[in-house]
Amino acid sequence: MSTFKIDITKDHCPMTFVKTKLELEKLKSGDRLEVLLSEGEPLDNVPKSATEQGYKVVSISPVSGKSHSVVIEK
Amino acid sequence: MAVTKKKLSIVSFSGDFDKVIAVFTLATGAAAVGYEVNLFFTFWGLNTIKLKKGRAPLGKGILDRVFNFLMGGFGNLPLSRLNFLGASPHLMTYMMKKNNVATLAELVQAAKDLKVNFYACEMAMLILGVKKEDLIPEVKEVLGVAKFLENSEGGEVLFI
Repeated sequence: MSTFKIDITKDHCPMTFVKTKLELEKLKSGDRLEVLLSEGEPLDNVPKSATEQGYKVVSISPVSGKSHSVVIEK
Repeated sequence: MAVTKKKLSIVSFSGDFDKVIAVFTLATGAAAVGYEVNLFFTFWGLNTIKLKKGRAPLGKGILDRVFNFLMGGFGNLPLSRLNFLGASPHLMTYMMKKNNVATLAELVQAAKDLKVNFYACEMAMLILGVKKEDLIPEVKEVLGVAKFLENSEGGEVLFI
């Protein structure tokens, strides 16, 4: 099991989900992706759409300022 | 339990830079959240998926060649308003980059990466003398209304 990381704090819709989705597709079953994202639209929607597509959201935790870390498992 | 895949089909008719941005924003956003996405390019929309990005006299007859040259390709898509002789799309791209918003070229690449389906309109291609080999290789099929309706059945359809 490996953990990968992606920073989408500077991205906006639709690239927030797009980049996350493309990274998630590269993972093997059991791998994790840590997504660093901003509050608001990305924080509301990235974990939700990952869950809808069958991925497991392991944790959501604030990092610094307005950034959050979301860990998603395939 | 079988999950029915959600579907979005967009007719890309306009070929205006800003409207094509809307097409690819919706297409990539939907594909990223698990939708099957079908893009059907017709008339001015064909300019977006021409293999040659600049102006090229495609077709055989003189009218085909003049029209295709004037219509241009991906690099000549005009802004629907305030185009300023083609300067505005470049300014808009600069503003998009400055604000960390994906450019049109990045959105198109993302659509390809997300396996969005690209289709081209048979009738518009016939009128303009455009052949499948004049289009980007991602164009899966050249088709007509019946096949488009079949592909879009059961999903959302937009005309842009």
